[in-house]
Amino acid sequence: MTRKQKRFAVIFSALAVLGGAVALVLTGLSEQVTFFRTPTDIVSTASASENEGRLRLGGLVVMGSVETLDDAAVRFAIEDANHAVTVRYAGILPDLFREGQGIVAEGTLQPDGTFRADTVLAKHDETYMPREVADALKEQGVWKGEASGETPASSDY
Amino acid sequence: MIVELGHYALVLGLALSLAQMIVPMIGLRTNNARMLAVAPSLTVATFLVVAVSFAALTWAYVTSDFSVRNVWANSFSDKPLLFKITGVWGNHEGSMLLWILTLALFGALVAFFGGNLPSRLKAAVLSVQGSVTVAFALFILLTSNPFERLSPPPLEGRDLNPILQDIGLAIHPPLLYLGYVGFSICFSFAVAALIEGRIDAAWARWVRPWTLVSWVFLTAGISMGSYWAYYELGWGGWWFWDPVENASFMPWLIGTALLHSALVMEKREAMKVWTILLAILAFSFSLLGTFLVRSGVLTSVHSFATDPQRGLFILMILVFFIGGSLILFALRAGTLRNGGMFHPVSREGALVLNNLFLTTATATVLVGTLYPLLVEAVSGEKISVGAPYFNYTFIPLMIPLLMAVPFGPLLAWKRGNLAAAAERLWLTAAISLVAALAIAWLIYDAPVLSAFAYALAFWLIVGSFADVWQKAGFVKNGWSTGWARLKGLPRASWGTALAHAGLGITTLGIVGVTTLEDETVLRMTPGETTSFAGYDVEFNSLTPGKGPNFTYDKGIFTISRDGRVIGTVEPEKRVYVASRMPTTEAGIQTVGLFSQYYLALGDAVEGSEDIVVRIWWKPWVTLIWYGTVVMVAAGLISLSDRRLRIGAPVAARRRRQEALAAARAEPAE
Repeated sequence: MTRKQKRFAVIFSALAVLGGAVALVLTGLSEQVTFFRTPTDIVSTASASENEGRLRLGGLVVMGSVETLDDAAVRFAIEDANHAVTVRYAGILPDLFREGQGIVAEGTLQPDGTFRADTVLAKHDETYMPREVADALKEQGVWKGEASGETPASSDY
Repeated sequence: MIVELGHYALVLGLALSLAQMIVPMIGLRTNNARMLAVAPSLTVATFLVVAVSFAALTWAYVTSDFSVRNVWANSFSDKPLLFKITGVWGNHEGSMLLWILTLALFGALVAFFGGNLPSRLKAAVLSVQGSVTVAFALFILLTSNPFERLSPPPLEGRDLNPILQDIGLAIHPPLLYLGYVGFSICFSFAVAALIEGRIDAAWARWVRPWTLVSWVFLTAGISMGSYWAYYELGWGGWWFWDPVENASFMPWLIGTALLHSALVMEKREAMKVWTILLAILAFSFSLLGTFLVRSGVLTSVHSFATDPQRGLFILMILVFFIGGSLILFALRAGTLRNGGMFHPVSREGALVLNNLFLTTATATVLVGTLYPLLVEAVSGEKISVGAPYFNYTFIPLMIPLLMAVPFGPLLAWKRGNLAAAAERLWLTAAISLVAALAIAWLIYDAPVLSAFAYALAFWLIVGSFADVWQKAGFVKNGWSTGWARLKGLPRASWGTALAHAGLGITTLGIVGVTTLEDETVLRMTPGETTSFAGYDVEFNSLTPGKGPNFTYDKGIFTISRDGRVIGTVEPEKRVYVASRMPTTEAGIQTVGLFSQYYLALGDAVEGSEDIVVRIWWKPWVTLIWYGTVVMVAAGLISLSDRRLRIGAPVAARRRRQEALAAARAEPAE
């Protein structure tokens, strides 16, 4: 192999790996990402195709809506200023899941309009709302600000 | 008084680190030997003063001095002493102080152990290190002062976030920081080399031990964090591809690449420019990680109290150091001459391949981590990029890399023989195929496709020792000579073999738990027994009780198989008194050597005695962490290799080199 051929071999393999990675990233980003929706988004979208695939549904847990079903799954509703969506979740709710609190449920929308979640997220820190939920509520003009005037405890790790 | 002393010490630390940055730099410009010589003393002084500051904050925590805002917000008088101390870094301000302490510590270590460094390079390294310390000391003093007082002082604190009150958290952040910040030394060496315009094999020899130290700590820290998330969050997961996790994983990937490319540079003087770039990138990713975690721009399962001002400040630090060093790199990189050429099939070629895959994989993780920010900025659409994306992009890039690992050490420098290497690996291939098929078909009845993944893991574990095995030459030389040869191998060879095997063990754990895991959620009444994954679980009782700073409901479950009791697990639901915050403590029973039965309590069902229970069967899960333990041990063994030891007396090194030369002179085969 000449010097030129050696260099070519190295550059060619680098380009091949990079090309493969770029292809993976592009298809990954178009197919494997999860979109955030509020209950209003879900109820008011005209075409069903917008709510296909994995979604993150965020809003406040409706007071009094949480019930444990016979098969140990949980059913509750998530609402924003205008609409509510029923969520079914088979699993253990996070420690900071409470009625009236902002949470994010991740899963898929069923044909009957209910949401089947495989993950439910609430913040570790009770003074905080998931950021997407807070932003969505702010847009709808129902954000009431932080619950208390205290300096929030910062807690990373 | 002690608190004010701590604050004062921090300000003094800023002043000293300013001097540490400026004085040696002027010395370099004016070629003033006395100004160069003062750098180590200034560095050690900075470290001592920052240590005093950190000790003062720790004192405030231990004595529960709630007149300090930071202590009030994160501590509680009834908290166990251990968690009072770990509370120091369980919050933003304290953890940034720990970050600076680590920065100053590494600077002091270079000053202390760097006796054999050329004085100009040493002064330049310490100066650059000082500039990083200056930036972060300013950051703390201006935006996140941990010594701020409250007046009037409250009687009781608000307690540390309960999920952080755990022994895992006691160890995890310091380890992680030692790794993260350790790369600052590699960065300082890289920038110093660019400033000095002098880069050679000796440079790589000085940098490698520091890279290895950082890598060892980062590996241990990430592993610890993963195990902590696994047992403490009660979600049964060991890796979430969460932004905060990615923030620590990216420096690890780049650090691993740096470890390998520095090897090429040291041995063959090749890949110089690339190695410098990696050294800059490793610390850049550490800074990026700090920014992502501290600014809260990304939603994460880890927690975040955020402050835009802080985020902006760190962003400025980020832009200054990454941008500045990359500009310097662009200006100077052209002047660096690359050394030895090599055939694509060679040890160098294998290490290039390693770097190619590792950096590409890092790039895919980076894109996935930042993409939500980009999309939101451009279109306003909120998306999240989670495990599906990362599994989709990362795993395909890792498979070829892992397959290639056993080949690397078998290829010779400059020009290797692939066919000969493959021939030496046929036994490895046979062993891994048989083991994989045995697992997939006979033992676990797993899908046949997963046999490939098992084979890959065994290929790594067994193949990692192919080099050592071949060097021992048991078959050719008999057992006694073989053993003698094994003992005579340099520790670095053992380090390589063990680190690669550790990677294989972790891979085996990941493959096992991913393909064979099972879970269920059900309602259970006290006295009820349920059958799951071949085991019987009896729910004995649910009893309330009281801990030092929390109350709990403890479930007691007996796990048995065919009537034989395997163990009792006691998962808890706790409510912490001060914060009124509930947490879940999982109940974990290790079955056999590596598998675990994992129970978490849900809520009590209203109007009945039932409680929701989630049970996971986690086969081989502990291998994931045992593998990282092996990797850490391998790193330490490599580090203890005399050739690498920092500050090893020159005479001893010369003796060893003579011995090596003598050994080489004898016919090897």
